[in-house]
This record gives sequence, structure tokens and C-alpha cells, in this order.
Amino acid sequence: MILRWFLMLALLLGGGSALADIDVYPFEDPKQEERFRRLIEEFRCPKCQNQTLSDSNAPLAKDLRELIYEQIQAGKTDAEIAAFLQQRYGDFVLYNPPLKANTALLWFGPFIALLLVLVFLIRRKMARAKESPSVLTPEEQARLQTLLNEQNKDKA
Amino acid sequence: MSKKGIPWISAIPLALFLILALFLLRGLYMDPRELPSALEDKPLPEFALPVLQQPDRIVSKQDLLGKPFLINIWATWCPTCYVEHPYLHTLAKEKGVRIIGLNYKDEREKALNYLDKLGDPYELVLVDQKGRLGIDLGVYGAPETFLVSADGVILHRHAGDMNERVWQKEFLPRLQPQGATP
Repeated sequence: MILRWFLMLALLLGGGSALADIDVYPFEDPKQEERFRRLIEEFRCPKCQNQTLSDSNAPLAKDLRELIYEQIQAGKTDAEIAAFLQQRYGDFVLYNPPLKANTALLWFGPFIALLLVLVFLIRRKMARAKESPSVLTPEEQARLQTLLNEQNKDKA
Repeated sequence: MSKKGIPWISAIPLALFLILALFLLRGLYMDPRELPSALEDKPLPEFALPVLQQPDRIVSKQDLLGKPFLINIWATWCPTCYVEHPYLHTLAKEKGVRIIGLNYKDEREKALNYLDKLGDPYELVLVDQKGRLGIDLGVYGAPETFLVSADGVILHRHAGDMNERVWQKEFLPRLQPQGATP
């Protein structure tokens, strides 16, 4: 019985502290708040493998949310905030990778693959058109006719 | 079907498979947590932070320059920091390496206690309570160790514990062109 009470108390206290962890950022301008929500969805938490800053519970993600909040309050633009994070954590924080030499394949790869497939299909089509004449020679035409006639006879 | 076209076209799926297999094989030996540092070859960010043992004393970047040094990010809440601590002693005592500790998002009492118990290999321990220098350095966990040249340029960053292997493989080669041990 005592254990049960203890567990309940622990649950209550634990729940309370979890609630207290949710950060509250007061915004005067709803547009700023909307920007904040969008920005924390746009960056990847450097500590985590694949979570946005808004998803992650890591202390670092919390710090970075706070930092983005401060920078929005200080009147920084989205591009300035992105540059700030990129200078420190590299391209890893960006879910939208910049076009660079080492990301060119990522950006153009699908189009190159599509182009290759198109070239292949067109070439194959052209080769087939050349090799299979659609018109039958008179002898073939005659043979076809006899075959068809035989088949019709069988049916009848 | 052109007979000439068949061999190279039928080799495409096999080639694609081999390329994919190669990438996957490489992935097995890669650590996804190891991020490229955006700060290598860039100057150490400016800072002014208090010293752990003397909170009134503020140290800035300029006070540290002159000889190459390591910045070691540590905290008492970080289990791996306990693991690497003995090796930091080896570096400081046997190799005469300058190590600047950065006590990262920690409590002062606990940090002092830690150094009391385990010994203090650091030339100086700075306190980054809010983790702001950590963010400027692109730190995403502890421990992390940065190699900084005599004129304050970041030569290398290592995330994870320091040990003999890491020192020999990652730090010494970058230090030797500098002509001096830190």
C-alpha cells in the first residue's frame, strides 16, 4: 500500500517536471511566432540523427530554440539565422541542402537518371523501327492467307 | 533488338547493384554521429569566460594564444568524460600538452569536486554555464576536443573520448607542421 502511494507520488511529481520542461516563448507579434515555429521545423538538431529542433528534447535543441528566439527578437532575418547555424554546425543542420560541388549529385542525380532512361528508350525504339519492317513480302502475305484459311476451315 | 546493344545494356543492373553494394558496405564502417566540423581552419570564436576556481577572473581568447593548445569540453554529467580523464593526465604530464578545460553546462560545486577527486590535468578550466561558447564552437555533446594553433586557428575537432590512438592518428599529424608540441 505504501509502495503504491509512493509510486503514485513519483508519477505525479515526474509528470509535473515533464510539463515544466516545455519551453514557453512569449511573442508580441503573431507573425514572429509563426516564423519561429517554421524555423525550428526547418533545422536539424545536431545532437540527434534525424529530428528537427522542434521535435527534439535534447538540451542542445532547447538551447538552439532559445537562440533562434533571441535572434528573431533581435530582428535577424531567416537567412542570417540559417547562416549563423550553418557556420557552427555545418550543412548537417540544414534539411534543405545548399547547392555545392559535393551536393551536385544529390540535386541533379535524378534528372541525369531520367535523361539516361529517356535516351535509352528513344534509341531502342529507333533501333526496333529500323529492324522490323512492318510490311510483309508478297510470299509472306500469301502464306499468312493460307494459314488463316486453314484455321477458319478447322473451326467450321 | 540490336545484337550489338545487348551486352552493355544487360550489364547496367549489375553495375548499379555493385555501386549500391559498395555504398552500403562503406556505410557499415561509418559513424553517423561523426559530423564534419564546420570550424576547421577557421579562427577560434571570441569569448570571455570565468575561471572555474576563481569566478572573478575572466579569460578571453587572446590570453590563451602563443603556443598551440587543446580545448577539452567536459562535464560531470558526461560518462565518457570520466573515461578519457586519465588520458588527459597522460597528455598533460608526459607529453607536456597544454589543455584548456571547458566545463560545459555544469554545476560549479560538482565540477570542483570532480577535479578534486580525479585530479586536474588542465592548465585552466573555463566555465561555459549557458553553453554559448559551446554553440559558437558547434559542440553537440561532451566530450569534444579541439586542437588550436598558436595564433588561434582551429586545426582539428574530435567528438568523443581522447585516447592514444586518436592522439596519434588525428592530432599529432596536424600538430607537426606547426613545429611545436602544445
